[in-house]
Amino acid sequence: MPCTGKVDVIHIMRSFEKGADGVAVVGCLEGECHFNAGNLMARRRVEQAQKILDTVGVGGQRAQMYNLSSSEGPRFAQYATEMTEKIKELGPNPIRVAKNKAA
Amino acid sequence: MTTKTPSKLEKILRDGHLAVTSECGPPRGSNIDHIVKKGELIKDHVDAINITDNQTSMTRLCSLAACIRLKLMGLEPVLQMVTRDRNRIALQSDILGAASFDINNILCLSGDHQSFGDCSQGQNVHDIDSIQLIQAVRHMRDEGKFLGGDELEGKPEMFVGAAANPFADPFEIRVPRLAKKIAAGVEFIQTQCIYNLDKFEEWMKGVRERGLHEKCFILAGLTPMKSVGMAKYMQKRVPGMDVPEEVIKRLQGVEKGKQADEGIKMCIESIQRLKECEGVAGFHVMAIEWEEKVPEIVEAAGLYPRPNGN
Amino acid sequence: MIVADKKPIEEIIECLKDHKNILVLGCNECVTVCEAGGKKEVGVLASALRMNARKEGKEVKIDELTLERQCDREYLDEIRDSIDQYDAVVSLACGVGVQFTAEQYHDKPIYPGVNTTFLGATEERGVWTERCQACGQCILATTGGICPVARCAKRLFNGPCGGSTTGKCEINAEVDCAWQLIVDRLKALERLDDYEKLCPLKDWSTDRAGGPRKVVREDVKQ
Repeated sequence: MPCTGKVDVIHIMRSFEKGADGVAVVGCLEGECHFNAGNLMARRRVEQAQKILDTVGVGGQRAQMYNLSSSEGPRFAQYATEMTEKIKELGPNPIRVAKNKAA
Repeated sequence: MTTKTPSKLEKILRDGHLAVTSECGPPRGSNIDHIVKKGELIKDHVDAINITDNQTSMTRLCSLAACIRLKLMGLEPVLQMVTRDRNRIALQSDILGAASFDINNILCLSGDHQSFGDCSQGQNVHDIDSIQLIQAVRHMRDEGKFLGGDELEGKPEMFVGAAANPFADPFEIRVPRLAKKIAAGVEFIQTQCIYNLDKFEEWMKGVRERGLHEKCFILAGLTPMKSVGMAKYMQKRVPGMDVPEEVIKRLQGVEKGKQADEGIKMCIESIQRLKECEGVAGFHVMAIEWEEKVPEIVEAAGLYPRPNGN
Repeated sequence: MIVADKKPIEEIIECLKDHKNILVLGCNECVTVCEAGGKKEVGVLASALRMNARKEGKEVKIDELTLERQCDREYLDEIRDSIDQYDAVVSLACGVGVQFTAEQYHDKPIYPGVNTTFLGATEERGVWTERCQACGQCILATTGGICPVARCAKRLFNGPCGGSTTGKCEINAEVDCAWQLIVDRLKALERLDDYEKLCPLKDWSTDRAGGPRKVVREDVKQ
């Protein structure tokens, strides 16, 4: 995607519906969006998705928003590790577990 | 001067006396003893007693029943009636009911919004507004007809009042708004509590410029402050209330145990100053849950004894 | 437009707990503009409902569809052939759409997916405010184009009340005092003298008070 501003709640929802254990949306640093406020909108959408995911029992913590600039390779790695740890802690997506059980 | 109704308040005003009114809030329950007691406390020092109508939207015993009680004690009640809770059927019906007990004064109000009270999830009516209620009472009294056009069997002989708040915004329409109430037929006005005397006098100047003080009787509203806390609350929390900093500073200037006395003193000084204000026809002393202080204020302000009004 | 707000998903889940084949039905009109019941919101709600059912171990089919309008029969007819597959519909249209859908499909439970709130305008994206209460007898000509019925908390015809403070309403400092707006506007129109004209008692028979209303236009009727 050219900008996290293009990420909508539905994209995050569909990912979990299809079995993803986590979704990390990584945008530019706040205040440095090339399209003014794309990353800020993305953050609000992630927050909205978190609420819905909590409601339906998937767990809002599985969706996270991160910000970094394109030159920050190590920080990207750090966020990826962080996200992986978080998801490991939370365990597999209950939707996938239920799907497998049904199959 | 000839009166239009048997109202004692009207008689006193038309005879050119400075009138004194006060008000009592009905109890939050069916025990009416305390309104009887409040009435007894102040009856010799005031010409009429307003009974509030579910003020601040807290549900209370109805104004009409409390007015009837005062009337049966031989006192002169002013029935406050808000348009918040009654449609035009109920308003007319209650006016007739009040008139049947010879309640001869009514104060037409819109009422505080219900969100302030104990039934904030309730519906409000506002079928008509306070100015239209003035018109409605005058229509019933003068034309002897219902709003629907039918003849009344017995007209409500009521002296018609309304409130005015010189301190609410926009200030520029506060005199025109009084003119509008007069055009609707209002005969007496009780104002919002006055703490900013300069602003009140500025409003009165505008009132006099249009000769409005000659078209209705204006009773200046006063509420003694009990404490700095009350003054601050009124300043910050009560919509449309103008409490200048000087008032708070003066109360802060005395020790805590003497703030109430200072509040009474300030109230008396205000009355004395406003007695000199041309167009002020009397005083409406609202000592909130402090009615026992009314006689003291009235006496100290030189408004005692009261004319008999007969 | 008609402004609606989303209903909490928990409430919708509770309504649907006994149903197995569900259609989430959006509307392409007002509720799309106010982002409460258009195609996007249909997708998100359907996805949430599917995940919820799956997690609870229920086999539930949830389909999505958004009609051009739900307040016109010709568009509602588009689901006539497919409606029998479903044992419930969640309509994300306004209260009008929910009811009209229910009238067309008499034996189908139609649940509301939004709370219909008012007739209003978009102040900015994500902020809508009320402008009209459809009282049936417009008085905007006399009030400088600002409606006291919809915008004054006490719907005063001869306002403002004594609670107007620095342009705001006594109920909430965020709410504009409608009568301040009216006075300002009359001034801008050099019509402040009109303020003193008494507004007569309103005929509420054209309002909700007169019972369900109907407009019949012989000139356009077929």
